Amino acid sequence: MTKSPREDVIRCEGIWKIFGDKSRQAMDAVRSEGLSKKEIRDRFDCVVGVQDATFSVGRGEIFCIMGLSGSGKSTLIRHINRLIEPTAGSVIIEGQNVNAMNARDLRAMRAERIGMVFQSMALMPHRTVRENVAFSLEVRGVPEEKRRRVADQAIEAVDLTGWEKRYPDELSGGMQQRVGLARAIAADPTILLMDEPFSALDPLIRKQLQTTFMKLSAELHKTTIFITHDLDEAIRIGDRIAIMKDGVLVQIGTPEQIVTEPADDYVAEFVAGISKLDLVTAGRIMQPLAQYAQAKGPQDTAAWPVAAPGDKLDTLVDLAVGTDHPILIAEAGVPLGVVTKRALLRGIQGREDSNQPQAEAV
Amino acid sequence: MDKTFDWLNPFASIDLGIGKWADGIKGWAMSNRSVIQPLKNFFEGVIVRIESALQAVPPVIMLLLLVLIAWQAAGRRVAILVFCCLVILGLLAPDAWSLAMTTLAIVIASVLLCVIIGLPLGILAGKSDRFEAGVRPVLDTMQTIPAFVYLVPVVMMIGIGNVSGVIVTIIFALPPLVRLTSLGIRGVSPAVVEAARAFGATPRQILFKVELPLATPTILAGLNQTIMLSLSMVVIASMISVKGLGNEVLRAMGRLDAGKAIVGGLGIVMLAIVLDRITQGLGRSGRERGHRHWWESGPVGLVTALIKRN
Repeated sequence: MTKSPREDVIRCEGIWKIFGDKSRQAMDAVRSEGLSKKEIRDRFDCVVGVQDATFSVGRGEIFCIMGLSGSGKSTLIRHINRLIEPTAGSVIIEGQNVNAMNARDLRAMRAERIGMVFQSMALMPHRTVRENVAFSLEVRGVPEEKRRRVADQAIEAVDLTGWEKRYPDELSGGMQQRVGLARAIAADPTILLMDEPFSALDPLIRKQLQTTFMKLSAELHKTTIFITHDLDEAIRIGDRIAIMKDGVLVQIGTPEQIVTEPADDYVAEFVAGISKLDLVTAGRIMQPLAQYAQAKGPQDTAAWPVAAPGDKLDTLVDLAVGTDHPILIAEAGVPLGVVTKRALLRGIQGREDSNQPQAEAV
Repeated sequence: MDKTFDWLNPFASIDLGIGKWADGIKGWAMSNRSVIQPLKNFFEGVIVRIESALQAVPPVIMLLLLVLIAWQAAGRRVAILVFCCLVILGLLAPDAWSLAMTTLAIVIASVLLCVIIGLPLGILAGKSDRFEAGVRPVLDTMQTIPAFVYLVPVVMMIGIGNVSGVIVTIIFALPPLVRLTSLGIRGVSPAVVEAARAFGATPRQILFKVELPLATPTILAGLNQTIMLSLSMVVIASMISVKGLGNEVLRAMGRLDAGKAIVGGLGIVMLAIVLDRITQGLGRSGRERGHRHWWESGPVGLVTALIKRN
């Protein structure tokens, strides 16, 4: 899965979570006999929440976990800061095994290195905005003066300056979640855990907050795990996406990989309705230049519009409407391939151009 | 017991001796009076000090003080009501005010002890299902068992007087505080507690910074109930020689003196209304108070505003 040498900030190895009184025995039985979920439920009266989840998240990466409700994504994210103990497997954060930490170290890690945002906001109604934001500093015994300064910075970062002394129930839902976000970044943690942070908000506010979050995330460069049930959101925000179904991570990949190469029918069904315009790149749908020349004869490409392999379909459409020629794909002046109108239209549909001679050399 | 055993009525011929066994406790208590005596003296001292403090304040000053407290805790309208109730109480009889202060001292002592005992028990019951299951039948017993049943053993153990009065009052008045504290703790949103954990709070910090503040309105409702039940025990407590308004009612009953009974009874009611309204005012949530701190309203707010203006 590691494509380039990078530093893993979060590494989850073979995490299992089985809920129920006999979870230990169930886990042993899974190991020795490889029971299915249904067999575990029938024999041990246990429910499998997360099944053998393994993934890693690099520094500064936004890793989205997408799944429908009940797929175990909220259970999985709570293993990262050990709000839930795994039945098997381990979580390693910056080289430290979270599951081996004692209570004091764990609390220090939660307060200083991990910020979390909740779907239900979970703000403390008896505390002002500032007191909420400064909570993680307060529990670490940071002096009042510094707490105030740091909290006000975080509040400014989410555009809530002027609301410091208000109480959460005086704020709208969107503003409340911005307080949640400020609380998560106040202690300047390395990791952000976002548990469906924007799901409870209406679409317009959601988009606004996504923008705020992406702006912040680009500035602060935090390693983020972002849970969502909305594929559009995952594609918009995530550097990589993991699709989760019934406790299993079905596929992990970049948004483009997920949309163009779904691992199974479940993922395919999910991505069917997704617009490819901003996702699929020219490099993926182009036909190698040599192959094109073989089929159509030598071409004079001087008048053709030129695009880079990394350009999205949206850009290609803009180029294509201005000309009758196909589009030449070139990188650093070297022509690589051709995108015909036909291939472009099929690409937007998310299908291969069947009339096009297949590229054997891939 | 030479009756033949009757299958249709087996209970008449079985005697497990429970009554005698319970009587044995009484004997034990009487022979261990030397242990109990110092404790009794300590609490007696506390009660006497509270009472003499209340009696030492001139009625008019005390009345103004209570009205100010009511204004601060529950607003202007309640302050006016409290003023009226206290004036009625004072006018009932020449010695009514002094009797009411004696009763108030007993109630304050009982409620203080109820809070000291009940709050930790309630927190434990709110945190642990097993403890809650264990403590619930005990609380049920305390609330339903007729006061006369424990009146005698308590007197045997401790003797008549204020301390016994406080103890029987605690037995009756403690349960709602424990129950509502537990309810309040259980009612705190699990999401908020989880958030506190996620940001590294210790169990202690979660209790004091999250759970107790959020449970406060419910706990104060429990305190209110405890105060009301303490007041309702004053007549029964007067049977074991506790002075005050309750004693007036008891004596009036003995002499069939309806007038005196009304004086005592109405006095208790007036005191109850005053205490009830003040403690209910304490339990209002921040939102109901328009998100102002307590020192930003009432007489304290007025004074600070005046000072700021000058």
